[in-house]
Amino acid sequence: MSHSSHASQPTHGADRELLIGAHDYGTVTDRIAGVVLNQRGHPLPWFAVFALAFLLLNGMMLTITYLLYRGVGIWGINQPAGWGFDIINFVWWIGIGHAGTLISAILLLMRQQWRTSINRFAEAMTLFAVACAGLYPLLHTGRPWVAYWLFPYPNVMGMWPQFRSPLIWDVFAVSTYMTVSALFWFVGLVPDLATLRDRARNKVARILFGIGALGWRGSARHWSRYEAAYLMLAGLSTPLVLSVHSIVSFDFAVSVLPGWHTTVFPPYFVAGAIYAGFAMVLTLAIPIRAWYGLKDFITDKHLDWMAKIMLATGLIVVYGYVMEMFFGWYSGNPYEGYLIKNRMTGPYAPLFWGLLICNGVVPQVLWSPRWRASVPVLFAVSLVVSVGMWLERFIIIPVSLHRDFLPSSWGMYVPTLWDWGMFIGTLGLFFFLMFLFIRFLPMISIFEMRDLVLRLRGHRSESREPIAKSTEVEPV
Amino acid sequence: MSAATVHGIIARYESADALLSAARQARQRGYRRMDAFSPMPVHGLSEALDAEDFRLPWLVFLCGVAGAALGYGLQYFVSVVDYPLNIGGRPFHSWPSFIPVTFETTVLLAAFGAVFGMFAMNGLPRPHHPVFGAPGFDRASSDGFFLCVEATDPKFDREEVKRFFADTGAVDVAEVDE
Repeated sequence: MSHSSHASQPTHGADRELLIGAHDYGTVTDRIAGVVLNQRGHPLPWFAVFALAFLLLNGMMLTITYLLYRGVGIWGINQPAGWGFDIINFVWWIGIGHAGTLISAILLLMRQQWRTSINRFAEAMTLFAVACAGLYPLLHTGRPWVAYWLFPYPNVMGMWPQFRSPLIWDVFAVSTYMTVSALFWFVGLVPDLATLRDRARNKVARILFGIGALGWRGSARHWSRYEAAYLMLAGLSTPLVLSVHSIVSFDFAVSVLPGWHTTVFPPYFVAGAIYAGFAMVLTLAIPIRAWYGLKDFITDKHLDWMAKIMLATGLIVVYGYVMEMFFGWYSGNPYEGYLIKNRMTGPYAPLFWGLLICNGVVPQVLWSPRWRASVPVLFAVSLVVSVGMWLERFIIIPVSLHRDFLPSSWGMYVPTLWDWGMFIGTLGLFFFLMFLFIRFLPMISIFEMRDLVLRLRGHRSESREPIAKSTEVEPV
Repeated sequence: MSAATVHGIIARYESADALLSAARQARQRGYRRMDAFSPMPVHGLSEALDAEDFRLPWLVFLCGVAGAALGYGLQYFVSVVDYPLNIGGRPFHSWPSFIPVTFETTVLLAAFGAVFGMFAMNGLPRPHHPVFGAPGFDRASSDGFFLCVEATDPKFDREEVKRFFADTGAVDVAEVDE
């Protein structure tokens, strides 16, 4: 904007591109709250995506019903590949969730202002992705009605979980992650629910938002504790998110199987998770900002930075692939060497080369600022990366399992119709929840956008006079 | 209306800066029982009101310590005392294997401390509060910045508070019923 302020901190040129147009507190509030409060304003694509997602979700319900009736034998898993789509999709979904936490927590600690307009939405994505992920191990137990046996509780069987197993670490990691992500998301929502409560005309909406807002009234004392709590949650979530995918990778790395038993797994899994997650954030943000006219808030600058993070984490992932190949050779272990050869030339070789193209080659177009500025290119690259990360999990899991140590135990893993039904069904569940969320809750954090207005422009009153003069307003 | 039925006098300011400077002046004037309301956190405001509270980080720390102790203690009890299993000849107290779960329970309880502690110290949930009755208070959640001097303040005098608000550039001034 033309008149720069002396309030807050000096803003970089790029930071100015984080909010486009003549916005003040009132207009950002109206615009974001309006999406929820004006229920007639939802565009046709919302209904189209929602209907499709609902259909797929129902397909998933059918799949699960049949699964509970027949058991996990309807899936393609068997010896030697006892882990298939159930674990591939678990890891894939959990990974997608990680970008939400990265944006909401790590970027907050690093004082990255561009997180503001995408954090709410990315946190919701985290929750729904983790919900999809959680279904897989739950159903893979075969008897999900006794899944609580996974938790340590005194029981008449006199048994306890085995704490030396990474699988129990995973139970703790994923359930803690889900709980903390939900709390973080809810805490962020409370002041915005108060905004909606105060602006809703519909009585039922006012009561429901009022319940969610817990009586928030914006008191300075409350804000001060609120900010302390929010910052501490970010500080707690940061190591948490790194621990979750590290522990997921321990499920593999702690075993002695060639292709799994590698020390590079934890960092390489975490980078892959963030890579896949940013791809999903872009996949969702690009159409939604267009449908709801939110390009002032989720600007091209945001897309550009997300693309850069995707490029950087993609390179870390490729480094992981190269290291796997190198150690396959350098270990001198014939099984390790064979695994790499089998990946490249075995029955699943097309998937391996597809993985390298999706994750290694295609994203390199993001080096070019011109390509990054093209929204269709970004959208296409994001979809390719999502496919690539899914292939990566396929390569790691069944491809490592299907050639057992003894050739007499070799087999093939082929997913069945029910595997696909479950996978496509969780896509339906994810988009179903995501689209309910953007319709009924503010998809951008309203109070943080007001804060952004204050920081980027200093305060402007209703009459749009430049006022800011205080130098004592400090950034978080 | 007697002073006892009034919660306080509330004023709306146009900007965060105006509110901040009014809060500082009110403090200098000797007002103590005050609260400010803003649509987003305004830095320096709780200091200006002398309402800072440093208990929450300690609570979170203690919850984290409790989480670590509970998590590790549980695993020790299970693996060493109540249900010792020989897994590949490893010692029953194989502590490196207990670290991941200990870490997760630490984070979980610390996060509970941060969230539930924050809401409890803020006295939330509390569906109703007298300030909600102030005219135009719904703007406190979009673009209004409010300062309220409460009737319980020892220096509370209706006319004087109103004059003070007018002098510090308040846009609207109103009485808030109890």
